[in-house]
Parts: sequence; structure tokens; C-alpha cells
Amino acid sequence: MLDVRTCASLAEAAGILSGDRQALLVGGGTLVMRDVNEGRLTDGTLVRVTDPALTQMSLSGARLELGAGVTMAMVLARPELAFLHGAARAIGGPAVRNMATIGGNLFAPMPYGDFTTALLALDALVVVQSGYGAGRPVPLEEFLAARERGSQGMVTALQVPRPQNPQHFHFRKISRVKPKGIAVLSIAAHLPLAGGRVAQARIAYGAMAPTPMRAKGVERALEGRALDAATLAAARQAALEGTRPETDAIASAWYRREVLPVHLARLLAGAAR
Amino acid sequence: MAKHPVQFRLNGSDRATFVDGAENLLNTLRRGLGDFAPKYGCGQGTCGVCTVLVDGEPHLSCLTLAVACEGRHVETASGMADGPDFHPLQAAFMDHFAAQCGFCTPGMLTAARALLAKNPNPTRDEVVEAISGNICRCTGYEPIIAAILAAAGSSGARRA
Amino acid sequence: MLEMRKDLFADERDDNLNEVGKGSQRQDMPGHVTARTRFFDDHAFDGLLHLKVVRSPHAHARIRSIDIAAAARAPGVKRVLRGADVPVNKNTLLSLINFGKDDEPTLAVSKVCYKGEPVVAIIADTEAQAHAARKLVRVEYEPLKPVFDVEEALKPGAPVVNETYPGNYFEYHERFDHQKLRFGDVDAAFARADQVVEARYQMSPIEHAPTETNGTIAAPEHNDRYVVHSCAQGLFFSLGTTAKILNLESNRLHFIGGTVGGGFGGKVDSLTEPLAVLGAMLTGRPVRYVLDREEEMLTGSPRGAERIYVKDGVMRDGRIVARHIRSYFDAGAYTRLSSYAAIKCTAHIPGPYSIPNVSSDVYVAYTNRCPSTAMRGFGVTAVDFAIEVHMDRVAEAVNMDPMELRILNAYRDGDMKAHRRVAKNTALIECVQVAAEKAGWPLSDTARRQTSVASGGAGERGQIPATVIDQRGQIGRPDTRTGGPTQTLPAGTTRIALSKEPVMEGARDGRAAPTQVPRYEPAPRHEPARAQPPAYAPQPAPPAPSYQPASPPPAPPAPAPSPAHTQHGAVRFSSVFGTRRR
Repeated sequence: MLDVRTCASLAEAAGILSGDRQALLVGGGTLVMRDVNEGRLTDGTLVRVTDPALTQMSLSGARLELGAGVTMAMVLARPELAFLHGAARAIGGPAVRNMATIGGNLFAPMPYGDFTTALLALDALVVVQSGYGAGRPVPLEEFLAARERGSQGMVTALQVPRPQNPQHFHFRKISRVKPKGIAVLSIAAHLPLAGGRVAQARIAYGAMAPTPMRAKGVERALEGRALDAATLAAARQAALEGTRPETDAIASAWYRREVLPVHLARLLAGAAR
Repeated sequence: MAKHPVQFRLNGSDRATFVDGAENLLNTLRRGLGDFAPKYGCGQGTCGVCTVLVDGEPHLSCLTLAVACEGRHVETASGMADGPDFHPLQAAFMDHFAAQCGFCTPGMLTAARALLAKNPNPTRDEVVEAISGNICRCTGYEPIIAAILAAAGSSGARRA
Repeated sequence: MLEMRKDLFADERDDNLNEVGKGSQRQDMPGHVTARTRFFDDHAFDGLLHLKVVRSPHAHARIRSIDIAAAARAPGVKRVLRGADVPVNKNTLLSLINFGKDDEPTLAVSKVCYKGEPVVAIIADTEAQAHAARKLVRVEYEPLKPVFDVEEALKPGAPVVNETYPGNYFEYHERFDHQKLRFGDVDAAFARADQVVEARYQMSPIEHAPTETNGTIAAPEHNDRYVVHSCAQGLFFSLGTTAKILNLESNRLHFIGGTVGGGFGGKVDSLTEPLAVLGAMLTGRPVRYVLDREEEMLTGSPRGAERIYVKDGVMRDGRIVARHIRSYFDAGAYTRLSSYAAIKCTAHIPGPYSIPNVSSDVYVAYTNRCPSTAMRGFGVTAVDFAIEVHMDRVAEAVNMDPMELRILNAYRDGDMKAHRRVAKNTALIECVQVAAEKAGWPLSDTARRQTSVASGGAGERGQIPATVIDQRGQIGRPDTRTGGPTQTLPAGTTRIALSKEPVMEGARDGRAAPTQVPRYEPAPRHEPARAQPPAYAPQPAPPAPSYQPASPPPAPPAPAPSPAHTQHGAVRFSSVFGTRRR
């Protein structure tokens, strides 16, 4: 049978999670409770954390630190996080945004996880705590690779480098239902421009692989170039490199591959303006 | 397995009950406390028929652990009317034919109520956004949007 | 906005409407907005038990064994049900009106025919306990080759989906493997047409996705009855189905419902009622069986897919002189209501057009898909889609405006339809004219001058043509599957309406009644519509003398005696279901 334990401190929760293989952290509930309701999760312990540290935000430095329990609604309430508002608003309706956490989004299976896609393009770090030790920052890309292999500790916070120019960060979620729907795919792009040329481009896709992924081929095609027609054509050419989309109720893998280059080109054309 | 005690305010009244550990708020409200306003539609956060307010903010009761509501204020559509008098949203829903089968109506009213509490004069786009997590399979949404705008006393054109 | 076009057909209608065109508050609205409306699940019961179903993970498999021992011992489990616990574990929905053979178990016994088919039901104190026990049921399957395509399913040697119908087709009147419509001579007309336009259309299955999933709460009541809070759209249909499956007198079932949280056709199959009541009977406790969203989407029956071939013979001026439709309705694994859908499809052919030569062959094919059911105009919607897209193709082929093509070919009052009934109250022309007007679509003066109430029924338009008939697709006669015409009925000949036959032959002795041997008679001559009162004119009664076909069709092999088809008392003819008991 499934039970629940409420922990007042992160350390207590981390201890339970590292000692009990059947223990699972529940944040906003949007992922875990679905499995409970549909009868997939019937045994073990749900661990709740009421530690206020989990929802703390430190927004002053160049690297923002957000507790893993920060909800999408909390992100939307902070003007300092305006560059993330597009991605936060893309998550569900208002009720989901009051519940869904940025830490939980890291575990959302395809085609979910749009906020994580945005964070991936921002080179975010995930603070992972194992046992009673201190948290250890792990690059998000590395964390997602480990997630696919099934190994992970407890996520306590996210560190997000603030983009120097928020105008250089772009996010698009493609849905078939308006105004809100589950992602056919999502694209996040951080395209810092130096002298009209892209430097250190970061492109991330959601729903194009089992976890959000970096589009490294596109990044290479953009690096050091102006966002002109030739560059856009090259980026389009490289759009599908490394993608492993799946067929689900929202879209077929074929459809996702067909439309990705189109939406990528639109996003880049918008960035060039 | 031991039951967990939980106590919260429900539509202004203090209520207490015992729940199974992983029990969701929806089941506690319906089967434990007899408030059948929130419905079960998907159990996965897609349809919005279980929408309730927790401390004034819309939440999906099917994805909320009942024990997480300890000490909080839960409001459902059952508590909207002021005694025998309809809430303006309820009256507007009636006038605008904003319910057909009625199954999404409690959740839809609750989402609208949360919007108007924060934003008494919303635009049409803001109304659409506020109910974007609530599925209606009968009306096509237009009568619902019209009803919410009417309840707000807003044409939607002013700020749109 | 609503616009009343009272200028149209003004002389056919009294203009004394009291409610139409005016707003009126629904009586259930206060309940809806106060959340006091009670849906089936909004009822409190002390000691409520929860039922969950173990479903087949395979589209087609033989069941080798079912082991429920561990599940029965699991915490909170009160009862585990298998097929053997269901009193009448084979049913077809329309058996209540003696239509079709029982073909579907409530819980699968020897094989599963679609992914998601119920195999075992678990009743426990809580939903969580039922979920946990569900994982402990061990079912050993031997996967079988599935068939998912309607045309593949009808090929010789295809896997047998539904053992009640080993040919993978529904058997109409125990005689034909499809529904037939024959009017005139399409082959001759195709030969003389200026052009033949042919195309294939496919419509996918569609899930109703009601916000309220299918479900039932059943509880023992006083007086040895069971109260049943049901989501059913057809409450008495569901009551009858439940009574039959549980072998109960129907007056022991007290169904309460009518408040449906979205149905659209998806709540007529009694997916949950029989097991919930059976659970209440066997446990003596209230039992709640509600599909979760995934079950609703994957196993709550959808609108059936259809594949439709349309072939039109067209003259250079746009007149359609022949239409042949071959259609395959995907029933999924069991019949449910698909047999009726194909009849509706046939009844709709050739669409609202006056075409002198029409034939159609509509098949209901079984595949290893989720059984399909009713949904808003099912049977008609897909063929309408095919016909109207095809009309556009025909317009293109003859280089004609698609709106004008429709006006040219539209039914007028007094035209003889392919079903040998006279068209009346037709209005397609006016609808197209108004649509064109609203869309700013230019119409020629000729098209604008047309009306549904003039020139209908003139000359051959009002007559039944000489009709070529065949025995194609006779069950048990594979040689007839592609056979040609067997005879031509003279012009004016129509089938005898069986309402004129007080008792079917063979019905009184309690044996299976021979099903509808076609008999024919000259049809009444119809005067052009203007010569008779246009609206509400009673159907002229067919004259008494009957025309017998010169050479009666070969008799089909004797059908196996089947109690479900025993006729008692007088038999009434229904255009939808054939014969039915009164």
C-alpha cells in the first residue's frame, strides 16, 4: 500500500529517499498523483517536504537560485524572471501552474517538460542532494542523461545563469490545441549576439527525444554567424540531428520530424529581426 | 494501514476527517465530506472538472494530496452562492446558457471565480487563459466566455 | 445568430410558433450552476466498494489460464469475478429487439479480441486496493495473429476475430454478408455516362471523450431490488441489457439516471452497469465501477472507422446518372451497434440527390480493434463526408461550379428516392442558395431560380426504374460473392412492406422464422408532388396484388435454430431493424 510522509526538512527527506528504494518525492503532484490515480503506483511511500528552503528564490546575482519547489505561478509572479515567463505560462492552465514545480518538471516524461527545455538552453545547473550530504550542482544536460538511465538523487534547487540580454532568449511551444495544449514539440534558444554574430548559441528541444535535448548540430551551424538566410538554411539542415521523437496521442514521430525544422526556422527568423 | 487526520476549512466551515495516506483531495471532498461539486474527469490534470480553490488559488483536487491541505482553506462551487442568492457568475452562466450537460460547470465556475477575484475587469484573452485548463465538450466555450465577461461587467473590448 | 427564413416554404407552415426562435431557461440550469445536479457518481453510500477491471494487453490472443488466487487474498479484496461468474456471459446490444446474434462476453473467457477487453473484475474496499490487487492477477495468453484492416478482414484466410461471425462480417437477415441497395441499372448507366468518377474515402475512429467517464454505482435496495445510478444515455436500454446479462427480472432493477456528463453516443453500450450490479448482488454491498480516463479513451467504444468507395457516372452537363457505393464499416471486435450503422448508411445513399441508378453494398467488418458504437449520426456522417467530397470531385471533372452541381442534382419534392419512397419536404436547393448568398458565392440565374417544390417527380424522376438485382454475397454461397445480376425487376416494382403481413411464416410454431424472403409488387404510381398536398401527405397504401419474382432466388441453407430469433405473436415491420416483436 502507498503511504505518505511529511518531512519538515530537506535533510530528513533526503535521508528517507536514499534509504528507501520505494520512496518517491512528491512535489506539486502533477506527475506522481497521476500514476497513483491510474493505479500504476500502488506501493511505497510518498515523501512530502514542507521545508521553506524548497521554495526559496535568490534572484540578485548573475546566477539565479530557485528552490526545486518553486511553482510555475511563483515564477510568473516575479518580474526578475520575465525571460522565463513564456516557458512557465506554457505549462498547463492556471491550476496546474499553481501546483507544478520547476523541480518536478525535470522529471516530466516526453512530451511534457517544456520548462526544462527552456532551462536547458540557459545552461542551468541542478542541485542534487544524496543522503545527508550537501547539494552538488550538476549540469542539466548531464542530469537528464542520468535521468534516462534511472539514477538520481533529490533535486533541491536549480541554478540559472541570467541571460545578459533577455531579448536573446527565445521559447516556442507548438501545440495543436489553442490556447493550451500538450506539446507537439517545444524549442528554446539562447542566441547571444556579439557584433551581429551568434556567440555561444544554445538550442534545446522538448518532445524530440525521451528527455529534453540540446540541438548541437544547429548550435554549430549558428556559431559565429549572422542570422542571415544562409545560416537559417544551414540550421534547418541540421535541425533533426540527434533527435529521437516518439509517437504518442499528440503527434507521430514522423509529424514531429516534419514540423521541427519549420518551427525552428520561424524561431530563428524571429530572432534575426 | 493507519489513517491520517486532516483538518481544513471547507467553504468557510471547519471540517476534519481521516484519509488514507496517498488519498487525493478530490476523494476526500466527495467520499469523505460529501461535497460532490468537484468531479472526476481524468485524474491526470487535463480536464479541470475537479478544480477547487486552495487559499484562494485554483488547484486540481485530483492531483492534490489531502494531507497537504492541512490548515488551509478549500473552496468549491458548492460554496459560491450567498445563501439563496446566486453568485454573479452563477447568474451569468444561467443567462448565457453557459452549461449544457453541467459536468464541467463547477470547475469552470471555480476557475472563473479565481480570475475575477484577482482581476475584476479581464479582457477576453485573459478569460480564455483563465479557463484554458478546463475542458467543456458541449458548449464550444463561447457562451462560457460571454458569461464570465458579463459577470465581470466587462465587454472585454475595453482593455483588449 | 439565429435567422428565421420564413420567406421559404411559407405556404407549408402555420406561422404560430410559441417557443421556436425564443429563449427559454432550461430546467436543469439552476442545478448545474449550484453544483447540486447529481451525476451517477454523486451519491454517497456507506460501505461503498470499488470495482476495477483487468484488461487484455493483446489485440488478439487465446486465454490459456487465469489465476486469481493472489488477487483474491490481497488486502481489502472482497470478490474477484471471472467470465464464469456472469450469468449470461454473451450478449449483443440489439438482441433486445431481436437483431443480431449474441457475440460479446462481459468478461472474456477463451480469447480476447481487442486490446483492453475486460477479463477479470476485482472488487475491493478502496480504489487503491483494487488497483494493487489488479497487478496480482495472472493471465496466460497465447497471442494470435490480429487483423486491423476492414478489407483484409474480409479476405479468405483472414484471422477470425469474432467466432460468432467466422467470416468477419455481420450477417444480415441470416442471408447476406452486406446491406444491399439496388435501384435501376448502374452498370448500364456507367456504360453510357460521359465520365466515370471514382474515389476512395477513409474516416478514422473518433472517441467521444465525454468529461464524465462511463460509470455506475449499484446497491442492494429494499424489496429485493438493486438501485443503479447509471451514466447511460439510454437508461431503459441499459436496464434491459443488464437484466439479460444478469438473468434478472427487469423489475428488480431500479435505474436512476438521465443526468449524463457528456455522452455524444458513447454511453449507450452499458459498459459498466452489468458488472456493477453483479458486484452488488455477489457482495451485498454498494459497488462503484467507473472507467478511468485512460480506459475511457482506449476502451470506451469510439465512432467506427469507415472506408468508402464512391463511383459516379456523370453526363457532360453535370447530371449524375449512376452512383455505386461500396463501404466497409469497422465494427471492431464485436457488433454493438455497427449493424445498425450500416443500415443507416444504406438508408442515406445516394445522399440528397436525385440519381436514377443507384446501388450500394455496405459491409460491417470485424477487426481486432475496440468495438465501435453510436456517435452523432453514425453511419451517415462518414458516407456524407465521402459523398460531398465526391460531389466536389465530380464538379471538377465536368468543370462545373460545385454549388451549381448540387442544385442541379438535388432532390425535389415528388422525386422517387432509391429506397422507393417519394421525396417530400426537400430543401437542399434552398439551403445551397442561402449558403451561397451568405458566403458571397456567385450563382447563375438558372441556379438561383431553382426551387425544391417545382419540377420534382416529373417523368422518370417520379418512377421506380427497372431494377437489376443479384444474390451477391449470400452467406454459405461463396460462388455468389462476385456473382452478376440474377434478374431484372420491371419498372415500378417494389418490395412488399411486411407490415401487411400479420404473422411471419413459421413464426407461430416457435421455430426460427425464415427471414424476410423478398417479395415484390408493382409500386403505386406517384403523381408529381404539386398535384398532391405537399406536406404531411399520408403514404399511399400499397395495393393488394403482389408480384412474385419469376424465378425465386435459391433458398439459403437452413439457419441453425436460435432461441433469440424465436418470434412470438404478431410481427411488425421496421425499416430499420427488419422484423421485430411487439
